[in-house]
This record gives sequence, structure tokens and C-alpha cells, in this order.
Amino acid sequence: MFLPATRTETIARLRDQIARITHGDGGASRAVRTIPFGIPALDQSLRPSGGLLLGCLHEVAGAGPDTEHGAAAALFLGGVLARLEGPVLWVVERQDLFAPGLACAGLHPARLVFAEAGKDVLAAMEEGLAHSGLTAVVGEYAGRLSLVASRRLQLAAEQSGVMAALLRRSRIFNDPALAAPSAAVTRWRIAALPSDPPLPHAPAVPGLGRALWRLELTHRRGGEPGSWIVEACDATGRLALVAGVAHGSATETGRAA
Amino acid sequence: MHDGRRRVIAAVDASAAQAGLWPGMPVAQGQALVPELTVREARPDDDMAALRRLAGWCLRYAPLAAAAPPDGVWIDVTGSAHLRGGETQLLRDLVSRLLAQGFSARAAVADTPGAAHAMARFGMEEITVVPSGGQAAALARLPLAALRLPEETLDGLRLMGIEQIGALAALPRAPLVRRFGTLVTARLDQAFGRAPETIEPEFPPELIQARLTFVEPLLTAEAFATVIDRLTVTVCSDMERLGSGARRLDLLFERVDGTTQAIRIGTARASRDTRHLTRLLKERIERVDPGLGVEAMRLIVPRMGKLVPAQAAARLTAADMEEPDIAPLIDRLANRLGPERVYRVAPVDSDVPERSVRQVQAQEKAVGTWPADLPRPVRLLDPPQPVEAMALLPDHPPMAFTWRRVRHRVRRADGPERIAGEWWKRNGETRSVRDYFRVEDEEGHRYWLFRRGDGENAISGDMRWFLHGFF
Repeated sequence: MFLPATRTETIARLRDQIARITHGDGGASRAVRTIPFGIPALDQSLRPSGGLLLGCLHEVAGAGPDTEHGAAAALFLGGVLARLEGPVLWVVERQDLFAPGLACAGLHPARLVFAEAGKDVLAAMEEGLAHSGLTAVVGEYAGRLSLVASRRLQLAAEQSGVMAALLRRSRIFNDPALAAPSAAVTRWRIAALPSDPPLPHAPAVPGLGRALWRLELTHRRGGEPGSWIVEACDATGRLALVAGVAHGSATETGRAA
Repeated sequence: MHDGRRRVIAAVDASAAQAGLWPGMPVAQGQALVPELTVREARPDDDMAALRRLAGWCLRYAPLAAAAPPDGVWIDVTGSAHLRGGETQLLRDLVSRLLAQGFSARAAVADTPGAAHAMARFGMEEITVVPSGGQAAALARLPLAALRLPEETLDGLRLMGIEQIGALAALPRAPLVRRFGTLVTARLDQAFGRAPETIEPEFPPELIQARLTFVEPLLTAEAFATVIDRLTVTVCSDMERLGSGARRLDLLFERVDGTTQAIRIGTARASRDTRHLTRLLKERIERVDPGLGVEAMRLIVPRMGKLVPAQAAARLTAADMEEPDIAPLIDRLANRLGPERVYRVAPVDSDVPERSVRQVQAQEKAVGTWPADLPRPVRLLDPPQPVEAMALLPDHPPMAFTWRRVRHRVRRADGPERIAGEWWKRNGETRSVRDYFRVEDEEGHRYWLFRRGDGENAISGDMRWFLHGFF
């Protein structure tokens, strides 16, 4: 029997070739087609791309009480985008993002264009995805997402090569509607975890260290889900694996070779 | 002005009105009242021309504007007011700009031209916005003169003891028509919105425009799209001769029933790219109600700008590659959502968190960033929400806090970061202080809390706790 990794690897390589042919010129900005996390365990399980693919739809949601505000999810996306270049369109229903907070994750305000779209988030996202001058389009969406709607976004992203990210929000903690089928290539859930003391050797010292997240890859097209415990984005948007902690589910380590 | 028998006053300014002069008074009588009266010969033609120019200027507010002699301008703000932040905002802007040009102006918005006319001239305020459907109530107490009726009709009505529009509207219609003709009831119906009244729009000849009339009235969106293509090509070639591009385009649909519908689009940067412009226009077609059909369409360029050469040809260096041109996208989003809802955020040098950001236009380039060493939340609550918290004074973080009836025990915390009020900006902030704490609850969620006050002196704040954001 085939190893699933090799098969998907081949398919992805072919897809990449097709994309390069259809996009013709394949200019410098299109050369980078994946954005790795820089964490080997994470990137390996995202093989063959070895990271988040541009030109695809990704879904991110918070967990627990953060499902409503998606603060960790916004920081997670901010960190991913901080490591890319070029303008980003961030579509919100109602503005509650605080740009200095995104700047703390390395996303410079000069790269951001905001659009307050009310009920038209998905349409505005699609508009943005049609514009290949953008690097990414982020949409914060609180409603139900039909399979058709998500497929439209995925197609628009594929055609222009712009990364599409849906930040799903809901007033209901861990809303089951967020797990409904969608055309997203990867779907993430970012949950906060109690962080470690800032100085491990002196736990009594007060203060806050880096936040701790559980990254859950709940769905992945052509791949398996996984779960990792990471330190939240630093000032350049990088995550870090927590040193010396045995973590993650069995599925995550199973295929790492 | 000469009324055939004698010279009469045509118009008076504010101080003359105060001295007891009124339009229609013989000049001789006025001079007797005020010996030092300045009399200038009325020039109605020049007035009309000036009014026309003013109406043309008003096109900046909406696609349809017309002179309303002797002293008014109509603007059809249907669908345009939100671009200026609402009707009140639009009127305020309009009146203050006119004032800056040396006009004294009063303005009103209402459902019908008649009601707006009356409120602008006889309303209590300089600026009036009559709520939709509220014209009957708004007009009831106004004098009859607000109805645009000839003087002899007004005299006749006054003889009947009627002074206010409300009283007139309450009268049976048939006797009114028998005595005064249909004009009185027609004006009432126009003001109350029972009869349509159209505005003959003004098109300053110096503006670039194109118009197409049709043998058969058009009804379908496809037909409109075809016409848009042709009109845009004409207009763009005219602009090409001038070397400029459109910053704003108005497309008017002249309907069979004599009314006009309009759509307006704006661009972030001057453009004469036919593909881009037609696309913006076509996105708006669905907002047009063709009624029984459209017999002519007119495309006007009320605002032009110098065309910045396209950057595509000049992409020589790597630095140019990094700045893709997103102006067309901004146009499309602004047309869909409204220009004030597409923006960038730029840093402001302020310690108070909610004042440290400012929205700038999307085509502007935001410069600078915030100090990197200050941790700031990614979501900000506006306004901050009060929470119940327990903390040791003066500078300990809270041990627990309750927000929306959920109690969070604080496991770790960092702070305080003291933010003092900006006394040089606001009077009330001379002594006020906020102490910010970053706290993490037992589940690991991070919150940004502050206490109003320094924890010691009551003058610095009332010591209440607020939740201001999430990390």
C-alpha cells in the first residue's frame, strides 16, 4: 500500500506545476507558495507543502470563551501574515481589532487595509481575493458558512494565489456550527492554555511569560489532523514549541519520520 | 426692480430686514424708513446664472442638483447622504462650506422637495432633517407662505382665517379647488408626498458628459450594461484629451415617467481605465429602479483629477515589486461598502490606548508603528466594560474579577502600567490615572484590565475596574 504522504506529495507537486503554468509569469511574489511555521514537527505534518499554502482557504477559530472574540486566533493569523510581505486586506463585520496588538505580533500597520463589511464579509473577501496584488485576505465571520460559500472563497483564492483566511467567531462557546463541512484546506482551533511562570527556576516571581496555545489542526484536506502545544507569537510572528514538554496526540507524532 | 408702477425692493439682507424692510416694499418707502439705505439694481439674470453655478457646485454632494429660483438650490440626496455620514452631517458640511464662500444659507432634508423647501425657509433651525414620513407633522405649524403659492392666493386664504399649513390641510378639498384652482391642493400634495415633483437637474456645460437617448425604453440590466460601455468609452476619450481621469462618475437614468435615478461612484485615484470604471458602474445597476423604462442615460464626470501614470510600466526595481497597486480594489470595496468603511490605521502619539490609533484613507500610506515594548491587546473593547474585581491597594493586580457574571480567578498578572490622563488635551484629565494590568485566568485566557485611579488618591479616579481588551 502507498504511504499517503508520497501520494499527496506527488499530487501537490503536480498541482504546484499546474498553478505555475496557469499563472504564467510566476513572478517573484509568486515564488513563495507556502509559509512554514518554522517548527519542524508542525511543518512535517503539513507535508508536502510544509506549511500553510498561499492561494488556499484556511479557517481559524478560537476555543472556549475566546470563541466570541477570537483574540488568540487573530494573533495566530497576525503572526502568520507577519512573516509574509505585501498588503493584507482584513475584513471585519464591526471593528474591534486593535492594530497595536497586531503590531505586537509583527504585523506592521502599513500593510493592513481594513474593510468594515457588516453582513457582506464573504462578498468583500471574494472581492479582495480577486485582486492578485494582495498577499492575503482575512475575513472575520460570525454567521453560518455554507459549503458553497467556502468553495467560492477557495476557488477565488486558487485563481489569484492570494491566501484566504476565515476567522470564525461565534457567541456560543466551541460552537458546533464551526465544525460543519467546509472547503477550507486547513482548519485550526487556537485554545489558550495556562502559561508557565516567566522564570522557570523561580516560579514565585510574579509576571507574565509568553502565552501558551494549543494549536489544533482539526481538519486538513488530504491529510490528518494534529495537535500541538506552542508558545504564542513573538514580536516577529514566530511560534515556538514548548521545550521539554511531552505533548500532542498520538496522531501527530505517528507520521513524523 | 420695477413692478410696472414703481420701483420695489427685490431682496433685503439681514440688517435691512431688521430695520423693517421687506421684499415687495416700494423703494421710496424703504428710503424713507432708512435714509442711508444702499440700493442696488436687481439683476435677475445674473442671479439665475449664479444660482446655476451654485447648483453645479452642489453636485459634489449628490448626482442631482438644480437651481430653484429665486433663491434656492435643490439637491436630491437619495442614496448619497451616507457617504457624508448621514443627512445632518451633510447639511452641516454644506452650510459651513457655503458660509466660507460668503453665502448665508439654510438647509433642510425631507422626503419631498416641497417639504424641504418649506422647512429650509420657514423652519426654526438653520438645519432641519425631517424624518421620513414626518413631513405632515413638520409642516403643520408653518405659515402658508412656505407652500410656494402666489401672493393673491395667500391673501385669499388669509381672508378665510387660515394662517398655517396644518389648518389648510384639514380643509375639504373640493371647495378649495373651486375657489383657488388646483394649485393649492397640488402644492399640498407635493409637499406631503401624495403627488410627485421632479427636479430638472443642472449639468454645467464645462463638465465632461455623454448622453444617449433610446427609441425604445430600456428595462433590463444587460441593456444598461451595454449603454454603460458606450458612455464610458466616450467619456474616457474626452478625458484623455484633457489628460485627466475621473475621481467621480454620475450615471443618470432618465425614466419614462419624467423622474431621474442616479448612481454615483468614486475612485481613490483618478482613472480613465474603461474596464475598471464600467465594472464599478455595473456593480451599482441593481440599485436602479427602471420603473416603466429608461429613455435616456447620461454619464457625467463631476470631479476629475490629474492622471498618475500607471505604475505597471515602471516596475524596474525590486522595491516597486513590493508595492502592488491596490487602488482598484479599494475603489470596488468603497463602492460596495461606503468609502468611510475602507481604511487604514495609523499610529497617533498618545499614551491613552483608544487615542493611539486613527483611521486614515485607504490610499494613504500609514507611517510608523507603536512602541514595540508595550504589550497591547489584539481586541479592544470600546467603551471599556466595568468588571467587579478584588485587589490589594495600591498596586497589586486583582486576585479575581467578574465579567458578564462569570468569575475569573487570576493566576498570573503583570503590571501596573500607569497611563496618565492627557491634561494638555482635555481639561478633566489633569489628575486622572489608569493602572493597567495584563492578567491570565486559570484557563490561560489573557485580559487587559485597568483600574481608574492610582489606588491612593481619590482625585486620580474612582478606583473602579474595567476590562479593556483581550490578548
